[in-house]
Amino acid sequence: MHGSVDGVAQADLAHNAAQLRAEVKKLSFYYGTSQALKSVDLPIVDRQVTALIGASGCGKSTLLRCFNRMHDLYVGNRYEGSITLYPENLDIVGPGVDPMLVRLRIGMVFQKPNPFPKSIFDNVASGLYIRGVKTRAIVEQRVEQSLRQAALWEEVKDRLHQSAYGLSGGQQQRLCIARALAPNPGLILFDEPTSALDPIATAKIEELVDQLRLNYTIVIVTHNMQQAGRISNFTAFMHLGQMLEYAPTKQFFTAPEHPKTQEYITGRFG
Amino acid sequence: MVSQSHATAAADPFEVSEAFLKRRRLVDLTMRCILFLAASLSILVTAGIVYVLVSEAAHFFAQVSIVDFLTDTQWTPVFQEKHFGIMTLVSGTLMTSAIALIVAVPAGTILSIYLSEFAQPQVREAIKPILELISGVPTVAFGYFALLFVTPLFQTFIPGLSGFNLLVPGIVIGIMILPFIVSVSEDAMRAVPNSLREGAYALGFTRLQTSVRVVIPGAFSGITAAYILGMSRAVGETMVVAIAAGQQAKIAVNPLEGAATITAYIVQISLGDLPHGSIAYLTIFAAGLTLFVITFLFNILAFWLRRKYREVY
Ligand SMILES: Nc1ncnc2c1ncn2[C@@H]1O[C@H](COP(=O)(O)OP(=O)(O)O)[C@@H](O)[C@H]1O
Ligand SMILES: [Mg+2]
Repeated sequence: MHGSVDGVAQADLAHNAAQLRAEVKKLSFYYGTSQALKSVDLPIVDRQVTALIGASGCGKSTLLRCFNRMHDLYVGNRYEGSITLYPENLDIVGPGVDPMLVRLRIGMVFQKPNPFPKSIFDNVASGLYIRGVKTRAIVEQRVEQSLRQAALWEEVKDRLHQSAYGLSGGQQQRLCIARALAPNPGLILFDEPTSALDPIATAKIEELVDQLRLNYTIVIVTHNMQQAGRISNFTAFMHLGQMLEYAPTKQFFTAPEHPKTQEYITGRFG
Repeated sequence: MVSQSHATAAADPFEVSEAFLKRRRLVDLTMRCILFLAASLSILVTAGIVYVLVSEAAHFFAQVSIVDFLTDTQWTPVFQEKHFGIMTLVSGTLMTSAIALIVAVPAGTILSIYLSEFAQPQVREAIKPILELISGVPTVAFGYFALLFVTPLFQTFIPGLSGFNLLVPGIVIGIMILPFIVSVSEDAMRAVPNSLREGAYALGFTRLQTSVRVVIPGAFSGITAAYILGMSRAVGETMVVAIAAGQQAKIAVNPLEGAATITAYIVQISLGDLPHGSIAYLTIFAAGLTLFVITFLFNILAFWLRRKYREVY
């Protein structure tokens, strides 16, 4: 799929001169003995939104969770191939790489909002605390900034020290986004962040992702093609653990190459 | 909704007959009655116990003023010169219970974090039956273990330790309530949803940070309840203190010396030959009521903490 052998691939990307933030190469993944990803290739362009789409069970979450080594939490899981993080040139799934170190650089927002049983403030600050940031002024400033970026500040600024469980589902999800943003990760992973939310909350999150692209690189899983069309710059289509097609979003939806992609986006399956 | 052709069709197989509905209502009503009776029975038994305690204690308080009961510093119900200062026994009970908690709280917390967050499944499955074994040992065995083994052992390096003392029974009670505390608080920790752990790891938390900063706060109400219920058990524990703590009722200040607890006193006095209705006989109920009030207060505290800190995920 990619011509270049050195890290900075760009030759066969539809747009040129783009910087890569990460690159998945020949990545296979096994849950015990069952193979969930089959030699997946995928470039992640810096400061752009890459959407992963495909039918339920095709391996979108599995791929996303390779980026921050989430699979390491459970025994028996195995990676093959590589995910290189640029500009560090770090192979995320390489042997001997500390998953904790990977997770300190990559943020994640989950399908269901999962705020910690703490105050709103402490939720956002938690990623700073564990990175050893203790100076009160810096923490406060960063918490406010993240909450503003997550479009939540106005709604919570008067109750920062109340429990996060008092927020609505949509607010909780934006809180989780603020929590992921606070340590300023280079790459943020979203796993169907709006699937548990109502349309209004969904619209807010989509708007937010659109804003975040200016400063962050984003990989977002969605089973909603319209959403992929609205918010992403690149779209990748997966089918049964394989990466079938990757293209700039506009081109992907107007001139899909693979017949399976055509079927999927015209709604004939999935 | 129902078309004409439907109305004239043969009997609908999904049609629900009146008789069927009647039968359903009857079964439902019977089941509800049975369940209600079962629930009432347990309440009635409890109410009966409280009634006996309170009514007999009322006879006691007709002869001894509550103020004396709470402020006197001697407890000599069978002596010529009678004193009824319950604080002597209460202090013994609180001393052993406090020592038990000092042992059980740190050990219980560490063990339950380990079992819930760190241990491999095989290790967990090996340790849990051992803990259950401890809780299956008869308390009288723990009593003699304290008196005949632990106390002599401790006397070799704690110079002032009496043969009967509060320190050793306290420690042994701590070991006894440990399995209970671990089992309840580990359940509470494991009930914290995995999505919270994943959220923490995704932020770069270590396993220990995840346990301390996310799992423990998430299980806080359950863990607190475990400690307080463990405390209730320690307060009510009888055999160990009756055997190893001595039976001398006095205000307990030095854990190295022996002193009677509420439960130890009740055992001691019940074994004697007491005329029914005598003041010494009535002290059993006054002391029992005091014990009941103490554990009741702890249970209310546990209930309140549970409600205040319960997290809804
Ligand atoms: N923990 C797991 N253990 C074993 N198989 C799994 C596990 N999680 C997911 N799978 C399997 O891996 C495949 C991909 O799942 P997933 O990545 O969750 O799909 P998607 O997110 O695209 O809906 C599915 O066939 C699923 O059954
Ligand atoms: Mg998924």
